[in-house]
Amino acid sequence: MAQLSYDATELGDWDSALLTFLVRVTSRAAEHGVEENRAGLPEGVRGLLRLSEAVSTKDDAGRGSSEKRFVTRVGLTTIEVTHGAHDMLVYLGEVAVALLRFVTGRASYRRADFWLAIQQAGVEAAPIVALVSFLMGVILAFVGAIQLQQFGAAIYVADLVGIAMVRDISALMTGIVMAGRSGAAYAAEIGSMQVNEEIDALTTIGVSPIEFLVLPRILALILMMPLLTIVSDAVSILGGMLVGVTMLDQSFIAYYLQTAGAVSLAHLIPGLIKGTVYGAIVGMAGCLRGMQSGRSSLAVGAAATSAVVTSIVLIIAAAGVFSVMSYRLGI
Amino acid sequence: MAQPAIRVRDVTMAYRDFVLMRDLAFDIQQSDIFVIMGGSGCGKSTLLRHFIGLKEPAKGEIFFGDVNFTTAEKDARDAILRKIGVLFQSGALYSSLTLAENVGLPIEEYVPELSPAEVREICSLKLALVGLNGFEDFYPSEISGGMRKRAGLARALALDPEILCIDEPSAGLDPISSKLLDELILELRDSLGTTVVIVTHELASIFDIATTSVFLDVNTRTMTALGPPRELRDHSPDSAVREFLNRGVVPGGVQ
Repeated sequence: MAQLSYDATELGDWDSALLTFLVRVTSRAAEHGVEENRAGLPEGVRGLLRLSEAVSTKDDAGRGSSEKRFVTRVGLTTIEVTHGAHDMLVYLGEVAVALLRFVTGRASYRRADFWLAIQQAGVEAAPIVALVSFLMGVILAFVGAIQLQQFGAAIYVADLVGIAMVRDISALMTGIVMAGRSGAAYAAEIGSMQVNEEIDALTTIGVSPIEFLVLPRILALILMMPLLTIVSDAVSILGGMLVGVTMLDQSFIAYYLQTAGAVSLAHLIPGLIKGTVYGAIVGMAGCLRGMQSGRSSLAVGAAATSAVVTSIVLIIAAAGVFSVMSYRLGI
Repeated sequence: MAQPAIRVRDVTMAYRDFVLMRDLAFDIQQSDIFVIMGGSGCGKSTLLRHFIGLKEPAKGEIFFGDVNFTTAEKDARDAILRKIGVLFQSGALYSSLTLAENVGLPIEEYVPELSPAEVREICSLKLALVGLNGFEDFYPSEISGGMRKRAGLARALALDPEILCIDEPSAGLDPISSKLLDELILELRDSLGTTVVIVTHELASIFDIATTSVFLDVNTRTMTALGPPRELRDHSPDSAVREFLNRGVVPGGVQ
């Protein structure tokens, strides 16, 4: 029988590269039924090889690397999606119950948490909402001016900016900003509480995490979003006005009167309703993803990402539904 | 002998299709310090989560006294959970509340008729019990890991529980703090008669305080030993149990 032996007398320093080579040699030798004699290897190398061979590979430890078939993948994804939809329904139900308990004054949450959430989703969010809205107003005014000037109707920039922002875009932009700001923060906060077993601790001391953590956050967003939408409306009209007055040679008064004539409560109220709905969406999606978060730092990041994606998708979908509704109803 | 505090009957624990442990059956006597031990990943903490209602057995039942916890309605379950205090591995303090508010949370939830001053008094007492007097208004992020754990214990003790569940008391603690925590647990058991269920694989701690223990074997996926740990160490018929309790060195064993 063939025998493999080593001569390491010339060997100076060695590291893991030698070991991986030897492991490969060993398995090759085993394949071909060659006996191996390690006597020539340094003692340290033999020790490490012994150590690496001490525990045989666990049969069920290897991850099946075989590609799953297409049908299997479709099936698994379908199951996953149904589970997701089911979880979301359960969560919606729980939030509804919590809201009911809040209305009847039986919900257990801390006033301080609620006011903190109000502050975070209100005053602290106002500057970024104002900045984005101002720029939106400026951009809309420029885009409109290019077209309207061709007809000598540049004054209608005021109508365009006013109606578009107040009816739709303010609420939409504010919703998206809040999804990135508060939605992600909620998911990350609640997700790291999940990692830290705080949610479990709340449950075991008889406090409903939905009432204690989710409710104040959703309520804060529902209450603050209409206010932020109004801020956005006002600032975006200022943005449009800046363009109108400085670039289109309109007078301040003319722009103001044109806007005041165009924008009415019939535009403002749908905008505020949309803002409120988007706020509810952001709050619920953020908290849902946080509650569903796994127990690792990676999972918390994924929860935050997923919260933003879910919020934005749902906001856009809701915006579509609102547009169709107002078209059908003729408002 | 008094009725056992907790009875576990043929419980199988599973995550969806993956069976973690099967056929668990044992009693936990009142005022026992009962240790659930076993290698990493064998389901010790999961078993503890079954006791506090965070997870349901895939099969079998858990009784508290003579109430079947597994089939009980929500009200009956809440009544049982009220008598259980839990200390989680990391303390699991709610980070936006001070220590006193954390300890006060379960009290406010279950005993709403107490005035804030009374709640505060109880919180101070519980914090003093675990050696944290004067730390009432600190936030969890401002104190050390060992202190957080003790504060978690104070919260677990807030409602004078009949059963105290502790997940890995010595994890992340230095030997001295861990020893002090053990002594605290013993002291509480002796003075209050609390039944203590501990999940740990810290041998020193097991031999110091446990009166009874159960060993969950990760290979056979069931419990392989039940009894006082010292007896199991020296006389268990199962070599895996003796190996575990002797840190892998079995006197006269096969190893």
